[in-house]
Amino acid sequence: MLTAILTGFLFSVFLVFAGRFFKGKLSILASLIPLGLFVYFFQFVNRIANGEVITRSYEWVPSFGVNLVFKLDGLSLLFTLMITGIGFLVFAYTSSYLKGHKYLDRFYGYLAAFMGAMLGLVLSDNMISLFTFWELTSISSFFLIGFKNTSRPSRKSAMMALGITGIGGLLLLAASLLFNNITGTYSISEMLSMSEAIKGNQYYWLGVVLIFGAAFTKSAQFPFHFWLPGAMKAPTPVSTYLHSATMVKAGIYLLMRFTPVLGGEDIWNTTLIIVGGITMLYSAVHTVFRTDLKGILAYSTISALGILVFLIGLGTEEAYVAAAVFIIVHALYKATLFLVTGIIDHQAHTRDVTKLAGLNKVMLPVGIAAILAAISSGGIPPSIGFVGKELIYDATSHSELVVILLITAIVLTKIFLLYAGFVAGIKPFTGKLPEGISEARMPNFVMWAPPLLLGTLGILFGLMPFLVEGPIVKPLVAALGENPEEIHLRLWHGFNMVLVLSAITIGVGTALYFILKPSYKLESAIGKLEFISPESILKKFMAGFKWASSYWTRFFQNGYLRNYVSMIILFTVLMVGYVMLGKTRFVIDYNSLTKLTISEIIVALVLIAGVCYTIFTRSRLAAVVAMGVIGWSICLIFVFYSAPDLAMTQFSIDTLTVILFVLVLYKLPKYLNLSDVKIRIRDGILSAIFGIIIAALALQVLAEPVNNEIGNYYADNAYLEAHGKNVVNVILVDFRGADTMIEISVLSIAAIGVFGLMKLRLKMSDRNRYQDK
Amino acid sequence: MEILLALMIGVLYAGGIYMMLRRSLVKLIIGIILIGNGANLLIFLLGRITKGSPPIIPGDANVLTEAFADPVPQALILTAIVISFGLQSFAIVLVKRAHTVVKTDDLDEMNATDEDS
Amino acid sequence: MMRTTIILKTASNYLLPVLLLFSIFILLRGHYLPGGGFVGGLIASIAFILHSFANGLHKTKELLVLHPGYLIPLGLAISFLSGLAPVVLYDLPFMTGLWSHDSVAILGHIGSALFFDMGVYLVVYGVTLTIIFTISESA
Repeated sequence: MLTAILTGFLFSVFLVFAGRFFKGKLSILASLIPLGLFVYFFQFVNRIANGEVITRSYEWVPSFGVNLVFKLDGLSLLFTLMITGIGFLVFAYTSSYLKGHKYLDRFYGYLAAFMGAMLGLVLSDNMISLFTFWELTSISSFFLIGFKNTSRPSRKSAMMALGITGIGGLLLLAASLLFNNITGTYSISEMLSMSEAIKGNQYYWLGVVLIFGAAFTKSAQFPFHFWLPGAMKAPTPVSTYLHSATMVKAGIYLLMRFTPVLGGEDIWNTTLIIVGGITMLYSAVHTVFRTDLKGILAYSTISALGILVFLIGLGTEEAYVAAAVFIIVHALYKATLFLVTGIIDHQAHTRDVTKLAGLNKVMLPVGIAAILAAISSGGIPPSIGFVGKELIYDATSHSELVVILLITAIVLTKIFLLYAGFVAGIKPFTGKLPEGISEARMPNFVMWAPPLLLGTLGILFGLMPFLVEGPIVKPLVAALGENPEEIHLRLWHGFNMVLVLSAITIGVGTALYFILKPSYKLESAIGKLEFISPESILKKFMAGFKWASSYWTRFFQNGYLRNYVSMIILFTVLMVGYVMLGKTRFVIDYNSLTKLTISEIIVALVLIAGVCYTIFTRSRLAAVVAMGVIGWSICLIFVFYSAPDLAMTQFSIDTLTVILFVLVLYKLPKYLNLSDVKIRIRDGILSAIFGIIIAALALQVLAEPVNNEIGNYYADNAYLEAHGKNVVNVILVDFRGADTMIEISVLSIAAIGVFGLMKLRLKMSDRNRYQDK
Repeated sequence: MEILLALMIGVLYAGGIYMMLRRSLVKLIIGIILIGNGANLLIFLLGRITKGSPPIIPGDANVLTEAFADPVPQALILTAIVISFGLQSFAIVLVKRAHTVVKTDDLDEMNATDEDS
Repeated sequence: MMRTTIILKTASNYLLPVLLLFSIFILLRGHYLPGGGFVGGLIASIAFILHSFANGLHKTKELLVLHPGYLIPLGLAISFLSGLAPVVLYDLPFMTGLWSHDSVAILGHIGSALFFDMGVYLVVYGVTLTIIFTISESA
């Protein structure tokens, strides 16, 4: 199973090297991978239907309880079949849709990586690996939305989608840690048995909020829905695959997965009903105001996701059955409509629904697919959509809460969805073919076959609901912790209230389709309300955040070296000073100190005078000489305190430094005295405080006991092991010889650098550039 | 003497920082050298100073027996001195090169990369 | 070129060999008394710098024949090989000291550490002179 998940990633890595073979006619071969995976997962259908749960586990970070545990149950199975099945169709479709595209290989790479991540997501039984795959889907989605990376809106939408879903991912991580804290495990199966403990915990509400945050952002629930319409900037196969069939359902998956763990409490159910209800109605109404086919489909997708959240919130077995069926329904018809939209866009070069009509005259199979999908979307018999809608109405009418309100909401939603489905599926294919798109031609077989297949399946499952009932729906409901024995899907439920509601839906929806034509007027009407939408609020917030952070950054990262230095020094002074003033006692043991001699005092005075002179002199030469004096004073200190090697080295180096400076200095301009007095006083105070702190620190350290172990070791073994009596030299060339080796290498590099900087001439082009200034 | 040494270290650091905060490139390098010297002295002081007994084994003995100065900080400082020479010369040359190319000694005029300007 | 006194000019001619000898002396005694490769190399380079101040850079370069830069890789190689010798010859860890049994006058025991220090001497000498020569040529 690990191999199955990794296949996608391996394939995308493989494409990095072998991409060019997949750009041409061979590209359709890429679709063999999802097809193979589909067959692989399909063979589990029987076993899962018999109530088996297939688990594979691999150790990853066992010490933290993070393992790669993959569990295939009814819930995962539906998703894996959707991911691989629709994946297969999309892969095939893409080979024609993006035929000859420069980056087709890259596109397949992203798609394959996404598929792997998505499979990992729905199969993970460990919250950390779930989180990892969750973020991987966000990232691959980012690349796919921004696939047209030369277009600015594309990039912006990709950023927004990544931002929103990425934040959701972080919430998921927080939830993982929280639950781990409560239960001591990352395994979802184990959490299942500790459901009561989690619900009883005082942080239960926080866990729920975090899971909701993750699910709502991923599944585009109000008020986080706005990234999804933006994500429609992606090529249509991506919209089909990620943003209607699979990735956006990851949030639904998460909610379903955690229903047995967290569900059943008021906070869980009520929130889901409210959020789902608002989302489904809000975006269903929104579809009326759109003229872009993909925009309509995007909002109807959000609405469908809202319905799913709403159903999970109802929390009854009937609702779960309805949700399971509706996932299938939605995947089938929405994928079809997206693929059809892609074909229209590809062949007629417009997605503007007001301009589209009569396309069935040139592309009949596509029209059939679209109309079948529209029927299923509208919940008209004999499609699976009808079965799904009946179940939804049924589940809603048995709700214990405000039934009338909920029923009204769901019926209204369904009416608008029917309208949206008709506009997207029927309108472009009926009526007279307008002038503007008359050059549209029949598309390639690999383009029209996938939507037709999906559309037909929608009807087939409606006629024979038992095809999905046993293998898919029952195991799924079982995975949610219910006993699904009595489920029976049927087209015909007899005359009852649900049927009346269905009739109303279909009637009103159809009427709406004939009365209300999509127009620019409506679109601009809704545009006026744009400023209070969550999207524009977020945009304003982001702009403000950007402004604040750039102001903040400019303040610190202003490009002036001395500001950086003074910031660092100031920070050090404040932190160290705070600790030293507040926490430490300042003790000096005067008896332990070495006695002062007059010569030392003189050396110290000379050094201090040298420093002052270096700082305040206006002549560079004088400063260099003063530095020499400083160096020689240090040299004397080394002599006084038993470091002859240091004294010798310091002396030679000091001489060389002075020579060096004198050689270069003549070619440099005179000292600049650019700072005014105020700044100099400020810097002076800052550096004086820093000096005091360093001195105080040094004295403080001296008060601590010293550990001479290393020094003693070297002293004891210098002659016996290394045959040398000058311990310092023995350390350098023997005990720590490798360090010295590296040191002389560094020196050599410095010499090469100097040689290069001085000897190499500017290129002609560079010289001209600087002369221009 | 320790107090006096600490004072010297403080003065070297303060002077070094002050020079680093100036706008002139040459002063920047001088500042770095001063701080380098201060750091050497600091390590020297923190290794505890001992008078008149270098870490050299007397001609007839095999091990150091009496009190002796700790050789480890000395070895550290020795390498530091030599390395800092490499660093200084590189910095000096860099300044010179920068000066010939952009014709300024003012750090504030060097705060833009080629792309910005 | 700088104006130089005849005294400095003459003195530097004699000082050069003396300083060079002294630097080698410092190098060799480093294992027993203050000194070693670092200081030795620095003194040797100071000797040549003094010579170049007195007689002009081109004279010093003529005297040197080979650009001191070439000594850098040579010194690195000597140091590295002296560390590698125990690995190759006796299968001991890198940088293990090897020593002759009999002691030689002045030097005492000769060992791989001495060669290592000679490498250091050459590198320091090469680096210092390369830097100073490069700068005084281009300055």
